[in-house]
Amino acid sequence: MNLTQRDWLFTVTGGLLVCLVLLPLVAMLFDLLRLGLPVLGWEFLLTAPSNAGRSGGIAPLLISTGWILLVCLSVAVPVGLGCAVFLNEWLLPESRLSRGIGLSLDVLSGVPSIIFGLFGYQVFAITLGLGFSILSGGLALACMVLPFIVRTSQQSLAAVPAGYRQAAQALSLSQTGMLWRVVLPTASPGIAAGVVLATGRALGETAVLIFTAGYVLRQPDSVLDSGRALAVHIYDLATNVTGGTSHGAATALVLLALILIATTSVRSGAGLWSRYMLEEKR
Amino acid sequence: MRDQVLRLITGLAALVAGLLLLLILAELVRASWPALTGLPVKAWLFSGHWAPGDGQFGLGAMLASSLAVSVLALAIAAPAGILIGAWLHLSAPAWIAVPLRALQGVMAGIPSVVYGFWGLITLVPLVNQWAPPGAVLITAVLVLALMILPLSVLVTDAALHQVPARSLQAARALALSRWGTFRQVMWPTVRGSIASGVVLQFGRALGETLAVLMVAGNVIRWPGSLTEPVRTITANIALEMGYASGLHSQVLFLSGLILLLLVMACMLLVRGGLRG
Amino acid sequence: MSLTSPSTFSASAEVLPAHDQVVQSRAPVVSIDQVSVFYGDQCAIQRASLTVQPGQLMALVGPSGCGKTSLLHSINRLTDSVAGCRVTGETRVGELAVNAPATSLRELRTRIGMVFQQPNPFPLSVADNIRFPLKEHGLRNKQALNQRVEQNLRAVGLWDEVKDRLQQSALSLSGGQQQRLCLARALAMEPEVLLLDEPCSALDPVATETIEQLIRSLKGHYTVLMVTHNLAQARRIADAVTVCWVDEGCGCVVETGSREAIFVNSSNPVTRAYCSGEKG
Repeated sequence: MNLTQRDWLFTVTGGLLVCLVLLPLVAMLFDLLRLGLPVLGWEFLLTAPSNAGRSGGIAPLLISTGWILLVCLSVAVPVGLGCAVFLNEWLLPESRLSRGIGLSLDVLSGVPSIIFGLFGYQVFAITLGLGFSILSGGLALACMVLPFIVRTSQQSLAAVPAGYRQAAQALSLSQTGMLWRVVLPTASPGIAAGVVLATGRALGETAVLIFTAGYVLRQPDSVLDSGRALAVHIYDLATNVTGGTSHGAATALVLLALILIATTSVRSGAGLWSRYMLEEKR
Repeated sequence: MRDQVLRLITGLAALVAGLLLLLILAELVRASWPALTGLPVKAWLFSGHWAPGDGQFGLGAMLASSLAVSVLALAIAAPAGILIGAWLHLSAPAWIAVPLRALQGVMAGIPSVVYGFWGLITLVPLVNQWAPPGAVLITAVLVLALMILPLSVLVTDAALHQVPARSLQAARALALSRWGTFRQVMWPTVRGSIASGVVLQFGRALGETLAVLMVAGNVIRWPGSLTEPVRTITANIALEMGYASGLHSQVLFLSGLILLLLVMACMLLVRGGLRG
Repeated sequence: MSLTSPSTFSASAEVLPAHDQVVQSRAPVVSIDQVSVFYGDQCAIQRASLTVQPGQLMALVGPSGCGKTSLLHSINRLTDSVAGCRVTGETRVGELAVNAPATSLRELRTRIGMVFQQPNPFPLSVADNIRFPLKEHGLRNKQALNQRVEQNLRAVGLWDEVKDRLQQSALSLSGGQQQRLCLARALAMEPEVLLLDEPCSALDPVATETIEQLIRSLKGHYTVLMVTHNLAQARRIADAVTVCWVDEGCGCVVETGSREAIFVNSSNPVTRAYCSGEKG
């Protein structure tokens, strides 16, 4: 076999493989649309489910999902960003503490979600007495997404030009002022990318939530109520409810659309904030 | 003054983030302690007999199933991912490579429950035609491989980006074939990153819960054939934690602890390998 | 919390007088005595001694790697935040002992302004680049702030060029304009000493010419230490010159003296070889 033939083989094999991989993806989209589209509509989004989800809509689940995500991000973002700032602004990268925290976070980012489910159940639901609640679920999710937020924030903080810091030192500026006016706005697009990643994961997560936020289909009255997230709903419809397939497919479509919307909106929000902070202050 | 306050607050955040892993580990050990000390190792690690009602807590078969499913899924996804990654770099025209990369990113972001759902409604009936009941080991392997593939492609792609442009230029100047370029020039440089990527994906596969649970059939038995249902360790936790109590619940925590230690070993292997 | 009370910033709204006018007496003597800088085991410069008279411009010249920049960074203690960096010896700015434990970093750095090799304005608006540091140091009065912006932009000859786009990002300015903005930012803090770390090396010849003019006009008002690679530049604008060299892997001061003493009358073989272009 000469060179050209081998190259040709490589190109063709690769191309065929790509087609082979794209096939299930196309099939997945097709199946979801085929089953889900007939159900999907405003009514589906705005009404409560009935008959265990076989009919009706997903309105309370949207609300539960939103609350869980809100709890998750409002804990994970400040803690993660704080940790990144501490690692970046006060610790030398080679120091033992910095390396230890880094290693711990790296390992944490690979811990399976079901472990966070077990941990959240044991600590938040049982020990802290929060029960099966949106708060428990959101906190457990926050633990899961924390390493992603720290890592991406840290990378974007480190990417802020060293010249800014040198100038700030020579001018004897406070770290707080520098952080707020220059460093964070400059780094915010990168930080937002981490939050986007976290949002996507949190929205699609199921195993963490089954034993923390729980199963209850009703609309939650407070964060101490149990609430079922969209992803959990899909799981439940697929495995525990016969005849729930089309509603499951419709829910999956909504979930995919939400992930898409959430990720784009977080990104543009950060862009706006960055521009606002770096512009003229009166 | 303001700086001191900020330092304190962010330091606290760093402390929480840094200790979370240890806290999780400690909590799993604490919750599984009675089982860990009360049951002989032989009874939970090596036995395949799981009947919580009768006091039988053998995790062996489920552990073996977890490993089998993960290894097989990786055996499909890793080579395919590496090949596609190389193909993207060397053969694909830009109008295919650019959207395909983006698509891999999107695929990596699809929640596992959606993969599981699709596997259940499409793949299970399909497999059922030649291997009833359809929800069997090979189905789980296929779904898992599909989930992991984009990660494998993305890791390979990122690694190949690090090959110095001058090496590629030299290869082009010597008129090496595409395959030759990949094999001789790129592979030696990226081998390490790809290997750590594979280990990471193994950890990911081992910990996957929902997608596998939905399509694997969940019958507890030692994995012997591709066409028989199995139950993984993660699926077992998800299925039984809801009603477990006492020793049953403690053994479930123990199985979580084993899983955590396996995944931690993977991560530490990668970290050690990267440094070495 | 603010060591520099707002009253320090009382309006001395006068534009800087041209340099042949009365020399301000605020500029202190800077004396460096047996200063060494180490990075871990690596020695950057060893036992350097030199003195800069009030209001004079001292040029530090020498080949790369001879520790000029490290020496400069030790004067306002930027070396503090470099991991593993150690400074020995004694540096005095006026009556202030730089390396004494009791010396406040904040006081030291407000008395010493610095301009770096790469222009490094903050990614803020042109005006905020000057306002933000002043606010940080306790100047809150809006009118005073705006006055300070105009005064210092005029001092560096930038006012007419940017007065209509004070609200635009400083990053939209040209390299030379950015460097002048950085100088204005340093001057706004009303320092007594200026450290210039190869301020022209990243600029084109025209911008370099402008900055040189500007530096010339600063003489007399500030005690200036300038690191430069450019011997001709040192010859043009320096009052005094220090020649650094690398000796056994470590930087050192070969000779220090007035411009004439170095460029015309030096008897030191290294200085003569370097200044004539035979070495370095």
